Amino acid sequence: MAAPLTLLLIVAVTIRAVLFRSSWAELISERVEVVSPLNAWKRVVEGLALLDLGVSPYSGDVFHETPFMIYLFHFVVDYAEIVFMVSPGLVFCLSRFLTSLYLFRKQKYALESDRYPADCLELLRSPKEMFYIPLKVAMFYLLNPFTILSCVAKSTCGLNNAIIALFILCTLKGSALLSGILLALATYQSIYPLTLFAPALLFFLQRLYIPVNLRRSSFWFFTLQYAFIYVGSLVVITGLSFFLLGSWDFIPSVYGFIFSVPDLTPNIGLFWYFFAEMFEHFRLFFICVFQINVFFYTIPLSIKLKEHPVFLIFMQIAIISIFKSYPTVGDVALYMAFLPAWSHLYRFLRNIFLVSCVLLACSALFPVLWHLWIYAGSANSNFYYAITLLFNFGQILLVSDYFYAYLRREHHLTHGLYLKKKDGTEATLVLK
Amino acid sequence: HTHLNYKLGLTLQNRTSEALTPAAAARDEFQEELVIRPLHSGDIYASFQFRTLWDTDFLQEGQKVSHYRLFPKSLGQVLSKFSVRELHISFTQGFWRTMQWGQPFIPSPPGAELWVWFHDTVSDVDGNWKELTNVLSGIFCASLNFIDLTNTVQPSASFKPLGLGNATDHRFLRYATLPREIVCTENLTPWKKLLPCGSKAGLAVLLKSEKLFHSSFHSQAVHIRPVCQDEQCTSKAWELRQTLNVVFDLYTAGQGKKEWSLFKMFSRTLTEACPLATSSKVYVDITDNPELSPATPLLSQAVVLGDRRTYSVFDLTRAETFGQLRSLNLLLRWKGDGEMLRPLLHAERYVAGFGLQTGEIHTVIYNNHPYRAFPVLLMDSVPWYLQLYIHTLTVTSKSRDNKPSYIHYQPAKDRHRPHLLEMLIQLPPHSMTEVTVQFERALLKWTEYTPDPNHGFYVGSSVVSALVPSMVAMNTNFTQDQPLFSSFVPVKEESSYFVRVYTEPLLVNLPTPDFSMPYNVICLTCTVVAVGYGSFYNLLTRTFQVDEPSLPLAKRLANLIRRIRGVPLLT
Repeated sequence: MAAPLTLLLIVAVTIRAVLFRSSWAELISERVEVVSPLNAWKRVVEGLALLDLGVSPYSGDVFHETPFMIYLFHFVVDYAEIVFMVSPGLVFCLSRFLTSLYLFRKQKYALESDRYPADCLELLRSPKEMFYIPLKVAMFYLLNPFTILSCVAKSTCGLNNAIIALFILCTLKGSALLSGILLALATYQSIYPLTLFAPALLFFLQRLYIPVNLRRSSFWFFTLQYAFIYVGSLVVITGLSFFLLGSWDFIPSVYGFIFSVPDLTPNIGLFWYFFAEMFEHFRLFFICVFQINVFFYTIPLSIKLKEHPVFLIFMQIAIISIFKSYPTVGDVALYMAFLPAWSHLYRFLRNIFLVSCVLLACSALFPVLWHLWIYAGSANSNFYYAITLLFNFGQILLVSDYFYAYLRREHHLTHGLYLKKKDGTEATLVLK
Repeated sequence: HTHLNYKLGLTLQNRTSEALTPAAAARDEFQEELVIRPLHSGDIYASFQFRTLWDTDFLQEGQKVSHYRLFPKSLGQVLSKFSVRELHISFTQGFWRTMQWGQPFIPSPPGAELWVWFHDTVSDVDGNWKELTNVLSGIFCASLNFIDLTNTVQPSASFKPLGLGNATDHRFLRYATLPREIVCTENLTPWKKLLPCGSKAGLAVLLKSEKLFHSSFHSQAVHIRPVCQDEQCTSKAWELRQTLNVVFDLYTAGQGKKEWSLFKMFSRTLTEACPLATSSKVYVDITDNPELSPATPLLSQAVVLGDRRTYSVFDLTRAETFGQLRSLNLLLRWKGDGEMLRPLLHAERYVAGFGLQTGEIHTVIYNNHPYRAFPVLLMDSVPWYLQLYIHTLTVTSKSRDNKPSYIHYQPAKDRHRPHLLEMLIQLPPHSMTEVTVQFERALLKWTEYTPDPNHGFYVGSSVVSALVPSMVAMNTNFTQDQPLFSSFVPVKEESSYFVRVYTEPLLVNLPTPDFSMPYNVICLTCTVVAVGYGSFYNLLTRTFQVDEPSLPLAKRLANLIRRIRGVPLLT
């Protein structure tokens, strides 16, 4: 197992190193699908240049990174490439833990407890199948063209992904303190990981055998503890950022920017064209609607998936990546890395062929239609916008397909795999 | 004519009343002059200057000025209401070609330019600025109301006061330019109305709009500033200068012949001086020996813009200037080609790059002095929708890096203020310096585009200000009868003169959304969001059930009857 993983690591590093040194690096770091105003490397360099000139980086509207990034890159700006190559490595570490610790354990418990109907044995995964999952997850992340592009463009999305991966790692290992601190750091970087608080909490409760019952005091005790760690670290990190530059300017520049979407640079998300064509009168209303859209799936999903917090984490990350205000392909790559962990759901997926075709076609069409609009002048913005719509539609279909497959597998695990109707013939399952 | 007589009568009355009441209205005087200079390219440059000097204090508390004579009341009221210390406004049509025409007496950028120094006592400078631009918009019939915070900057070093005053707090300075502004007769008429004699007598009779706008370059400006009355500066006065610079093209107006006359240029001749003027002169530049008729014995030499030139002077206050026909029509025939003094400082600007995503602004500054290096101050004001990346700023002279000794950069805030970049660059002798900076083009909201979005967006001219070393000693003496064209910019030392060069404005295209699509876009995007919502809603609220097919309608009705009868049901 170690040998294939090392080989994979070497291949991934080689590809990235080759691309860093070629002329493609310049081209890729300008692509709007790969970088956004929030995480472009050009803007980080600009922010540091402004700091050298004696002007606060937040006085203009170019730099939207948190002070933590200023602090980090102030020292390592010359070694930036190495930093960006390390971050996928962290995600790769996660993959090992995700599968080896969690899934193995759960499967072992399931086999031992014998609580599943007999014909469901084929639904459960054998250790032999699961042996290759860490390799597959690592492969899915490290060799994903989206991740490679994001890394070569030196987009700070890679660093954000690393922090989220570390957070998931610590959660799965059971360390509530580290998990809270890392979640606070992830939230500090971009607000949306706030929704990951619920799945992390559910995971810990499940691990400590505390039932999720609002009337029980043990539930509230643990929740308050975890919330205290999380909010406390968030406050401490924000306070330290204040002391870095001596002002609260970064709050409207970073968080105000994420929420109010003033910059309409095209990207792969749904916000830019919508707000470019919005009637001024309704702008605030629709900003609120779109932002609430990201957050409000948390509670219903948590209720439905309270026994499956890891899948809930995957769902939340996917929803954030699709509906956030400035998505990039780096965000898409993060949740796609989880897909091999649920390779056993393959038999229940209904639209996987369609979805993969749509996503591949859209990924190929993005640069073509961008060129036609911006450089050739023979297409207009509607072409690029249409592909954006299709890409997001494909992603939504992918996520809901996996959700359907997961729920269906759970149903089969409790009710048996081959279901029969009342008259004995083979039945079909529908959602009612 | 009657109007003029009425004014004359009033003047005489005022003079007599002054003798009776010594503490009466302050003294004011009016001077007018016209400079005609043939240019080496065959074009002809005419520069009018009308100056009113008034011994009064607009900014004095409590004493409201109410008795206006030569100074226009509209401008006086503007000065006192907004506590303005200096006001410079210019309207220009066309671009001054420095390499072909030399340096102008009064430089101005294409479009409209307004810069104002407010008094230290003003508490809300932005509020005053906004109201001032609207009032001036009304006075000059120009769309100066488009000047707002998104195109106003506060230069820290480039626009020092031209009049008295040693305040250097640039919080009280505002500079704005509208490169898109068009100048036409509508702007000339109110400008002419501000003159004491209007356009009825004196040099202003030549200002006919059909001829003035049929030219390569037309610029009219108003400059108001406090000045010293004498060398020791014991008393101060307010100076109002109205300047009009026009360059007539050899081929369109001159029909290709290097022969010019006042009638050919302005379709009018001069008949009298303005009665309210203390001095009314016409200077014709004869340094390169053109043929001039009628000849005049009056000659004058002046050093202006580092060049010693000889002028023939026609004094319109003397009746013999007009000859027997009571009209003065100057005829100028341009012979041979002399050597034009190469302008020592020259600047150009252009946009490089392709596509609608990124671009590069290149500013090229030429130092044509053979052996002296001198520093220049470059000021760039770029609108917020072109996001400049200051880390890509490069300054190269003679293909080597030339680091500016002073950089003041204020980055733009989206929809609030533009970029301001000011740099002090040392130009090596006889060299070309190139300043490049990269930018990215933003996509704006569909309501923020002009009705013709594919025309492009204008970026105002860069301003290059410098003290250029002079080949000829400049005159630092202060005399009352200095020609007006040589006293516009105060000369502090003999060895250099102040020059301000404006570059071309830029026209930049931005990517545009489809303007016909707002409803469609809202519907389609909300559809995709709704698809996401719908799928998740279904999966969250519904459970899996075995699909029992429902009976057809006939069987269901039959079952209903069977239930009533108490008989076993159909399946």
